[in-house]
Amino acid sequence: MQEKNYIIEVKNVSKYFGDKIALDNINLNVKKGEFVTILGPSGCGKTTLLRSIAGFQTISEGEILIAGKEISKTPPYLRPVNTVFQRYALFPHLNVFDNIAFGLKLKKLSKQDIQKKVKSALRMVGMTDYEYRDVNSLSGGQQQRVAIARAIVNEPEVLLLDEPLAALDLKMRKDMQMELKEMHKSLGITFVYVTHDQEEALTISDTIVVMSEGKIQQIGTPVDIYNEPANSFVADFIGESNILNGTMVDDKLVEFAGVQFECVDEGFGQNVPVDVVVRPEDWYIFSDSDASQISGVVTSSIFKGVHYEMVVEANGYEFIVQDYHHFEVGQKVGLLIKPFDIHIMKKDILFNSFEAEIIDDSHVNFLGCDFECMPQQKYAKGDKVNVEIDFGNIILYDNEEDGKLTGDVNFILYKGNHYHITIMSDWGDDVYVDTNDVWDNGDHVGIGVLPENIRIIDKKDNNS
Amino acid sequence: MVKKILAHGYLWLLLLLLYSPIIIIMIYSFTEAKVLGNWSGFSTKLYTSLFATGTHHSLANALINTITIGIIAATVSTLLGTITAIGAYSLRPGSRKVFSFVNNIPILNGDIIIGISLFLLFVSWGISQGYITVVLAHITFCTPYVVLSVLPRLKQMNPNIYEAALDLGATPMQALRKVIVPEILPGMISGFILAFTLSIDDFAVTVFTIGNEGLETLSTYIYSDARKGGLTPELRPLSTIIFIAVLVLLIIINRRAGKKKEA
Repeated sequence: MQEKNYIIEVKNVSKYFGDKIALDNINLNVKKGEFVTILGPSGCGKTTLLRSIAGFQTISEGEILIAGKEISKTPPYLRPVNTVFQRYALFPHLNVFDNIAFGLKLKKLSKQDIQKKVKSALRMVGMTDYEYRDVNSLSGGQQQRVAIARAIVNEPEVLLLDEPLAALDLKMRKDMQMELKEMHKSLGITFVYVTHDQEEALTISDTIVVMSEGKIQQIGTPVDIYNEPANSFVADFIGESNILNGTMVDDKLVEFAGVQFECVDEGFGQNVPVDVVVRPEDWYIFSDSDASQISGVVTSSIFKGVHYEMVVEANGYEFIVQDYHHFEVGQKVGLLIKPFDIHIMKKDILFNSFEAEIIDDSHVNFLGCDFECMPQQKYAKGDKVNVEIDFGNIILYDNEEDGKLTGDVNFILYKGNHYHITIMSDWGDDVYVDTNDVWDNGDHVGIGVLPENIRIIDKKDNNS
Repeated sequence: MVKKILAHGYLWLLLLLLYSPIIIIMIYSFTEAKVLGNWSGFSTKLYTSLFATGTHHSLANALINTITIGIIAATVSTLLGTITAIGAYSLRPGSRKVFSFVNNIPILNGDIIIGISLFLLFVSWGISQGYITVVLAHITFCTPYVVLSVLPRLKQMNPNIYEAALDLGATPMQALRKVIVPEILPGMISGFILAFTLSIDDFAVTVFTIGNEGLETLSTYIYSDARKGGLTPELRPLSTIIFIAVLVLLIIINRRAGKKKEA
């Protein structure tokens, strides 16, 4: 009863489309009056989540509460929410006034009330005097304003916005972002906003929910999300970053790119592998001197308007550096980073681990295929075991038939001197690969492993 | 230049050949001669006698039957076809393809097959044939055409507007009435007109389902009249009127289609 502050509560919600999982055990609480943005790449489930709240989509498991009431079985027309659609979805046969009045007329309000409310909604979106215009004659930005007016005129508890600005040009989008923020302030209702544009999310939100592959990766304020990304996906998706493999040597001391740096994080333990994130604007770049923590050579320099974006190669790693000062390509430079600008993330996974079954003394079955392994006597046929394979020991083939099984490149992370790739195998397992080769998102690849790189260990309990 | 004249000449010759029968009938509808081909001076007597009560009672009856059957069949098939199209539109793409295929079979199928199969169906179910069976038969072959003219309107509709209506508090029925129907109305009207014209000029299906209770539509009347030897002269003004009416309907359909493309 004390959680009454939450206007939306999403509890353990999952959604399956056939075998495909679109939402994977989502938990999310939205406070009354908050501006929450659900952010993620296309296909991450953000729109599915919004549509589940709006009621256009049933959920497979879990419950959704709005203002304390379970509504996951309630049809959309009885939910106290209104939606602004990506492609506006104005009614083409009605003029601006009748579009906005649509919901009010259904509620059987008096003519004067409707007139008054529509007028004030139009004023809200800066479209006074447009009442009797044909909606098809309006520009994209104007149509979107009408769509927003049509939703807010009903005074919903929650306004859901599904990439409402995606179809507008950049300048228009920036203006509308500010206007939406203003509107949110003056209306005082809760906004749930879906976008794939991280800059937009950082600009307008109180809280950002980062999603990927149907899971929530991180919930936090824009500043938290930017400065303290929870994992390498968030770090890569929000803004630009240098993400590198590192080792936490000791409290407040981390090693990456062959150099030890002071940092502010502690409690990881000693000599623990971690991911290190450094934002490009946090590097100090100068002509190489004694102050340099790392020395390197500028390999590319691009003018970006306010700053220059340079790539510095040092100790075999590439670093993206942003600075107001320009350094020539080929120039020897020094880099320095302040301890609090180094962000350390615990590594979720250190190597691939799969459930497996022994076929005979030199074959083992995992990922739905029989693999040759080193001859062994420890396990008998049919034994359930676990298999471990280091990221660098998975071989990817251009030609699908060369691999034991195939999969699609799902996520690519540049780690300064190699790529860390997530591959979704045909049976839905994630396979992680470190490689120097360049692959593209969506590439269909063959996957193979050499026998000597398969480690067979005792089966762990309920732990894949 | 010569090439152009030849091309145009060919086109006009073709059109002349196509339309000469109806043009001849139209010309001879303005004379009193009993035999087609004899010109006995300009007269509109055939038109007046066509509409004069009593003289050609059975022809007038056939005309009324044709029109009422056409209106009932077109109305019912427009309703059925629209509902079917909306249902088909919500199917998954794979199922929708199968549906479109099944929907197209009656259109491509010969009228004679539909006529015979309906005849056998009515006989085997012991349904006495008459007005009702003709109407049912016409609804049967008109509905696929309505589906065909409504479905494209649905496809070009923004799929979110139905959800938008629900979102604003409309029940599914209200959303259908206030949002979907206005959007697909042009398709429904085209479908209605198409169904009506198909119904009034159908012969093959009608003749198999009309029974032998003396019910006549225009097409069956003309057929039996012709077999009795010689066509009633009043058929000439009637054909002219029907031709003009259909022409007007066609122009309406085409103009609607033109407008749709512009929008």
